[in-house]
Amino acid sequence: MDLGPYLLLATLEGSVTAAVLALTAVGLSLVFGVMRVVNIAHGEFFMLGAVIAWVLTQWIAAHPAIGFAVALLVAPVLVGAIAVAADVTILKRLDYDPERTIVATIGLLYIIQQVTLMTYGPEARPVEPPFNSRLAIPWVQWGEDGLAMYWPWGLSTTSYKLAVIGAAAAILCGVWAMMTRTRVGLVMRATQADRDMALAFGIPVERVYAMVFGIGAGLAAMAAVLIVPIQQAHYLMGADPLLLSFIVVIIGGLGSLPGTVVAAILIGLSDGIISVFFSPTLAKILATLLVGLVLVFRPQGLFGTRGA
Amino acid sequence: MSVTGRSWALHLGLLAVLFALQFVLPAYHHGNLARIMVLASYAIGYNILFGYTGLLSLGHALFFAAGMYGMGLGVTHAGLSPAMALLAGVVAGAAVSFLLALLALRTSGVAFMIVTLMFAQAGYLAILYFGTWTRGDEGFIIASADRILWGLDLSDPTNRYFAAFALFAVCLVISLRLVRRPFGRTLIAIRENEERVRMLGYDTYAHKLGAMVISGTISAAAGAAYGILFGYVGASFAAVPHSILPLLYVLLGGAGTILGPFVGALFMFYLIDLASGITTAHMLIAGVALVLLTLFAPQGLMGELRRRLWRGLP
Repeated sequence: MDLGPYLLLATLEGSVTAAVLALTAVGLSLVFGVMRVVNIAHGEFFMLGAVIAWVLTQWIAAHPAIGFAVALLVAPVLVGAIAVAADVTILKRLDYDPERTIVATIGLLYIIQQVTLMTYGPEARPVEPPFNSRLAIPWVQWGEDGLAMYWPWGLSTTSYKLAVIGAAAAILCGVWAMMTRTRVGLVMRATQADRDMALAFGIPVERVYAMVFGIGAGLAAMAAVLIVPIQQAHYLMGADPLLLSFIVVIIGGLGSLPGTVVAAILIGLSDGIISVFFSPTLAKILATLLVGLVLVFRPQGLFGTRGA
Repeated sequence: MSVTGRSWALHLGLLAVLFALQFVLPAYHHGNLARIMVLASYAIGYNILFGYTGLLSLGHALFFAAGMYGMGLGVTHAGLSPAMALLAGVVAGAAVSFLLALLALRTSGVAFMIVTLMFAQAGYLAILYFGTWTRGDEGFIIASADRILWGLDLSDPTNRYFAAFALFAVCLVISLRLVRRPFGRTLIAIRENEERVRMLGYDTYAHKLGAMVISGTISAAAGAAYGILFGYVGASFAAVPHSILPLLYVLLGGAGTILGPFVGALFMFYLIDLASGITTAHMLIAGVALVLLTLFAPQGLMGELRRRLWRGLP
């Protein structure tokens, strides 16, 4: 097999990463955009989503698809509720001061991680995908008798991976519609644009903040439920999504949702491709350095506009 | 007695007590205190940047690791003598902090935190990536032959205690001198109101650069000392939780106080040590401490003491 099929495979794997990453990062970006809070515990909300999905699917002794569907609906709601509780008890009382909320969410990260370790345990556990048929991918090559299509050995993906990409796209469209077409979105955008003015117009800013924090965490949890049949649930699994979401949110421009999605696709694909051809560690080193440099030289992000 | 006299009396008194404790402590606490003094030196370095200059770095593990790996790689791969290796660690820390400062100080506030976090993470990943030399996650041991400094065997508990004490004493005196000099006073002014300091004609960028290099160099010295005193160099010392550790110590002890880092390190170390008899949940304690501190005591123990009892506490 020569380079082309490998590249296709890497692109497909990268697309799955990108899809999940886009969901997680949009959650982080929403929280930063509206509340100006950098949520270091975002990765732990992701992890909680995966762990809750495992617990639910174990609990429901029916066809895997039913358990998975329940998890996809219930896990984000539960995680969102936890996030709302954290917002009301901690972040609100810090008056959303940027530096102190960072320290507090670091504390929250440690608490969630340790409580998960103490209850769920240190094992990595898989969730059975609702459907998972293997799909072979054809490849076109110029052979002895002209252009021929053949099925290289090992070049395949699963129906579930394609479904993840589709589901993520659908959810992102839903978020976009909520932000631009509904009253809730309008209220959120008003709060983002000018907190004091929103308050003056009678918008209950603190309730909006609690809701945004919950939605952000819920999106991370939803992404985790989607990925957990591919990648097992583990109490330390939050670190990588947190790091990558940070990278995506910064490169995409802080608080800009379209920028976040574009950056997620960019980072997801390049992460997939560099990981396949070089090493996953090298991919992460390059990405973290890139973020540092972007923040230093272009604080508004690659796709952001200054002052937006 | 003047305020300066009282504060010298307080700090030299603490050093005298720590010196005397060497002769009375049982072996277990003796070893702990040596470790706490090295960690407190790391926190003193952190405090210069966070407590006095008001810059919250989330990447100090990079400086600690620069010192540790500068020393460890120097001894194992470059064949340096232990004294030269220690120096190499400190120089590596100074160089890394200078380079990071050049980049990170172009930003401020939340962006500064993320930039320091990201570069420290890149450093950690680089240690994993160059596993051929650094042995990645596993780390490597400093041979006992390489732990003899000027004829003193640092693996001996008494020598180790005195080496840690010497490092801590030097760092404490440096930070005490620093905040009394015009340079240190300007740092405090920058923390309180950077715009006004700039308006008064001070070069705030140069002051912040200086603070970051001093802070990084002290942290690197602590890292190099940690490696040689405890004989181990590992990637976990470069990871994110190890950047959070001095933040926790300084917040608990009191940011912007000279003794805060030591008090915080002492409390946190024994809190976890005592609690580990009941539970293994170190992180839970650290997490709860962070949340409670930000909520109820942002000034920390020594900060509260300064607010209530002694306003002149440096």
